[in-house]
Amino acid sequence: MARRSRAFGQGGPLVYLVALAVVVVTLGPVLYGALGGFRSNEQLARDPAGLPDPWLLRNYEGVFTNPSFWTYAFNSMAIAVLTTAVAVLAGVMAAYPLARYQFKLREPLFLVFVLGLLFPAAVAIIPLFILVTRDLQLGNTWWGVALPQAAFALPVTVVILRPFLMALPRELEEAALLDGASRVRIFWRIALPLSMPGLVTVGVLAFVASWNAYLLPLLLLQGDMRTLPLGVADYSSEHSADTAGVLAFTTIAMIPALILFLAMQRRIVSGLQGAVKG
Amino acid sequence: MAGPPAGRPGRDKRRQRLEILLFVTPALVLMALFVVYPVVSAVRMSFFRWKGFGPLVDFVGLRNYVSVLTDSVFTDAVMHNFTIVFASILVQLPLGLALALLLNRRIRARGLLRTIIFVPYVLAEVIAGVVWFQLLQPRTGVIETVLSSVGIPVPEQGFLGTPDLALATVFVVLTWKYLGLAVLLFLAGLQGVPDELSEAAQLDGASWWQIQRRIAIPLIAPTIRTWIFLSMIGSLQLFDMVWILTGGGPANATTTMATYLVNQGTQRGNFGIAGAASVILFLIGFVMAIAYQFFVLRRDTKAER
Repeated sequence: MARRSRAFGQGGPLVYLVALAVVVVTLGPVLYGALGGFRSNEQLARDPAGLPDPWLLRNYEGVFTNPSFWTYAFNSMAIAVLTTAVAVLAGVMAAYPLARYQFKLREPLFLVFVLGLLFPAAVAIIPLFILVTRDLQLGNTWWGVALPQAAFALPVTVVILRPFLMALPRELEEAALLDGASRVRIFWRIALPLSMPGLVTVGVLAFVASWNAYLLPLLLLQGDMRTLPLGVADYSSEHSADTAGVLAFTTIAMIPALILFLAMQRRIVSGLQGAVKG
Repeated sequence: MAGPPAGRPGRDKRRQRLEILLFVTPALVLMALFVVYPVVSAVRMSFFRWKGFGPLVDFVGLRNYVSVLTDSVFTDAVMHNFTIVFASILVQLPLGLALALLLNRRIRARGLLRTIIFVPYVLAEVIAGVVWFQLLQPRTGVIETVLSSVGIPVPEQGFLGTPDLALATVFVVLTWKYLGLAVLLFLAGLQGVPDELSEAAQLDGASWWQIQRRIAIPLIAPTIRTWIFLSMIGSLQLFDMVWILTGGGPANATTTMATYLVNQGTQRGNFGIAGAASVILFLIGFVMAIAYQFFVLRRDTKAER
């Protein structure tokens, strides 16, 4: 009982006060954006920190009826899906032999992926831009952004997935081998389904990273091919006088990543915990 | 670890090699094409004067490096990156640790609090940046309005427009964005601290703070060291938030190595200069990562074995 009273009691109100302050500071800017979208520019100018009075829907209506918004959102979705599919598939394929085979180059090969974590995308960004636009002729296309993004997501994918695959029970594999199943078949039928939780974690991480990416799309995509973050940045500089419109546009652009995060929260957290401990 | 049960070892070996190759090839091709090749080209580009078209012919040796290293905009940028690295460790680490210790107590709505504190981390840096840009508008923004209404003086050019304050302001926004990750990682570490230890200490009459300082914090030291590493690498690569909030200004007061090289490469067409700046950025990050690995993280891997 002494322990409980200590945890609840002493400093209790202080703890809640700190917690409240954290919530206000953390959510404040997000709520300001969401509420600002319900106000008019005149309201914003008159009382910058006030509440909507009256509540206006026209800014949000403006975003939903803006064809550019849907084009950007569609591009973001397509690129994020391609990035995730390529990163997860290539990543789990690479992690499989690194986890389940014994061979001389195993650890050096794994080290290649670990070292990949150290290569910041910014370092390679200009040559990457030249490679994609000039050599591969993929400038201003979904694949031109998705493939490099998948490549940069691979190291973390492999590093997180390898322990998952290592933990699979060996007996299943041996039984299948005795039954004459090929390794490729074992990979598809046994390893992949059993490592699903890990695949979801790395998939969400790759998806969110792609969805939020700015620098590479900024250099590679123009006009109707642009993604949502680029759209938000452009909209905000082009309509700088229309603060309420910018806030509505920005708020709507936040929603998909937030929904995905809330739905997948537990998995992201456990994946991150594994990565930190591993 | 038993090998495949079949008999002929030579053939099995060859077959196994083929399988490994089949599995690893897509990942290696992607990495080689989109990670290794661009990095190598950046190095090559850095020895030429090149405007982005035609063949690489105008070899200038190390002259691009001399230009970059004697350009005060770049050396200031390096300083800005390091300021962010150290400010993160000095401010975000204690703040994140304190919040993690508080949220690790038995309090109501703990799960909800953890979710809320992680929200900024999930938002795109650009999207968060646009909202903060509005909040920080000179005169009309909420932050200035609130500060001046309680009598705190605000800078005439706004927080982002005053050279002496711009970098600090960017850092505050970055702290808002990334503190949740620190708290989450530290909380994950604290989950691994066995209850028996703190209970035993409590029976011996240790206070809450003594338990945290002598037991919990030392036990999550490996997590803290991992966070420092991630934070260091992230601070060196800083781009998105700066590009949105200030574009590197005012008067280059917030330029980072990444904004410098993107600006040189895409806006001015100085690809050789951009290449040299990339190589320097990479080398700084690489040396710091290796040194950190060698002096700090090695203890963790050793302890585990």
